[in-house]
Amino acid sequence: MSEFFAVYGSLINFVGINALLALSLYVPLSAGQLSLGNAAFAAIGAYGSAILTMRFNVPFPLAIAAGACLSAAVAMAIGTPVLRIRGIFLAMATLAFGEVVRIVAVNLAITGGAEGLIGIPNKTTALIIYGTVAATAYFLAVLGGSRIGWSFASVREDETAAMVMGINTTRYKNGSFVLGAFIAGIAGALYAHLNFIITPGEFGFSAEVQLLIYNIVGGTRSVLGPILGAFIITVLPEVLRGVGVTAGPLRMGVNGVILLLVILYLPNGLSSLFGQKR
Amino acid sequence: MSIFFQQLINGFFIGSVYGLFAIGYTLVFGVLDILNLAHAAIFTLGGLSALWLTTTAGLSPWEAFPLATLFSGVLGLVLYRVAFAPLRRRADSNLSGLISSIAMAIVFESAAMGIFGARTVRFPEGMFPNRVWHFGSIILTSLQLEIVVVALALMVVLTAWLKHTRTGKAVRAVAESENTARLLGINVERIVSETFFVSSALGGAAGILYGLYFDALAPNMGHSIELKGLAVIILGGMGSIPGAILGGIAFGLSEVFTVELTGMSNLRDAVAFTVLLLILILKPSGLLGRGRVREA
Repeated sequence: MSEFFAVYGSLINFVGINALLALSLYVPLSAGQLSLGNAAFAAIGAYGSAILTMRFNVPFPLAIAAGACLSAAVAMAIGTPVLRIRGIFLAMATLAFGEVVRIVAVNLAITGGAEGLIGIPNKTTALIIYGTVAATAYFLAVLGGSRIGWSFASVREDETAAMVMGINTTRYKNGSFVLGAFIAGIAGALYAHLNFIITPGEFGFSAEVQLLIYNIVGGTRSVLGPILGAFIITVLPEVLRGVGVTAGPLRMGVNGVILLLVILYLPNGLSSLFGQKR
Repeated sequence: MSIFFQQLINGFFIGSVYGLFAIGYTLVFGVLDILNLAHAAIFTLGGLSALWLTTTAGLSPWEAFPLATLFSGVLGLVLYRVAFAPLRRRADSNLSGLISSIAMAIVFESAAMGIFGARTVRFPEGMFPNRVWHFGSIILTSLQLEIVVVALALMVVLTAWLKHTRTGKAVRAVAESENTARLLGINVERIVSETFFVSSALGGAAGILYGLYFDALAPNMGHSIELKGLAVIILGGMGSIPGAILGGIAFGLSEVFTVELTGMSNLRDAVAFTVLLLILILKPSGLLGRGRVREA
């Protein structure tokens, strides 16, 4: 068991972080908002918390909370204007926001420029990661069955109809966006204190797309979907390596093929194979 | 002052390549309302296949570049058949299309990496007799001139095709309303396929010119232009061809002048993306847009 953990420890940790990131995107998706800015919110949480622990010796839990709150505050500030845009245009606006965050991180002295921050204290453990994933998943599952969750779903299915029924759609859209950013901020903070080093490039376009892939492959009809998606996409390259597929391009190509098959044949994701939705 | 003109010229040249890339992007969006995120992967494969044709197959650039452009167009047909056609009847086809185009982009990019390797490669030196002209302190190369002439010529041909040919008119009819076009007896499936062919051929041509301009080709070269292309078509207005051309040149100029004025090359894209975010928030139809933003 300890040998297993020694070999696969970092993989296990990354599965957890990616699951948390996937859940952060799941929240706005469950309200029908296709945001491609959650990697940028993770970056804000990562940089915010790492600067606090490295420069100001702030205790780790406090730094995580501060990073997540900073991320949520930024989401609150941009949420109202950005969420008036719908569908693909929202996706592009959030992508542009992500680019702006990346460019800011590259150009500020306090974020270490293009080289990023190096020497972040290693404080994240597997226990912390999986505790957070479990708590977040439980919270989101409870939320999903509550009045708020049903309001999210009604906004997703038909925004106009939801508005007619007296649901304050702006408030729920903003709420899903801010909650998603908060969770992404936590994930980013945990990642920063796991990885020793963070660079602006890791939180770019490819990362945004990766989060979307987790959700699409797993499915967004329940909290288990994003976790399943993150697990499969993160573990698959290692499994392929295990069975003798060593060519990097091939392992990358498999991700593309899986995504294609899922979107063509299983629009509700792999989790829809198990049991009823919701 | 001469630096100003030099930068003006540089921005214009690279902007014309961005514009060429973006008109393919915006053409598909105009017709199908789908954001084709595999466009950048086809751009990459266009450049790399041109390189393969000139080096391994030993063709001259005059044969290789048109062939690579055609090949990119064929890739576009494959893309449409595999990733978009099966989703056409689905209610959320523009969002699921976005995702299946991401999937195809990953497949194309890993194919490019598997075939050509991950390293940066370049066209053989001296493939073109590259002459350099000096006007006072302003430098102009024949390669730059050829790139901008080809880019502008392709744009003119595309515009004429859309305006005057029967197929081009059908493309515009489908863009306006698919159902009406079908009622008028237009074969919508065929028109959409042809749109993908033309769009991807232009994307591939842009890849070749980009590789020539920067003297570098790599499987991941699509990444940076993917977002720039998005910025360009939003700047110009989604679906607008003149908008994409002007947007491309504006983007090229903003890049070089941001670097020139601030002296920081890291800020190159900052202005463009800030402007992009502001345009989406304030005037989502873009500068020359069709005046409506459709809902997803």
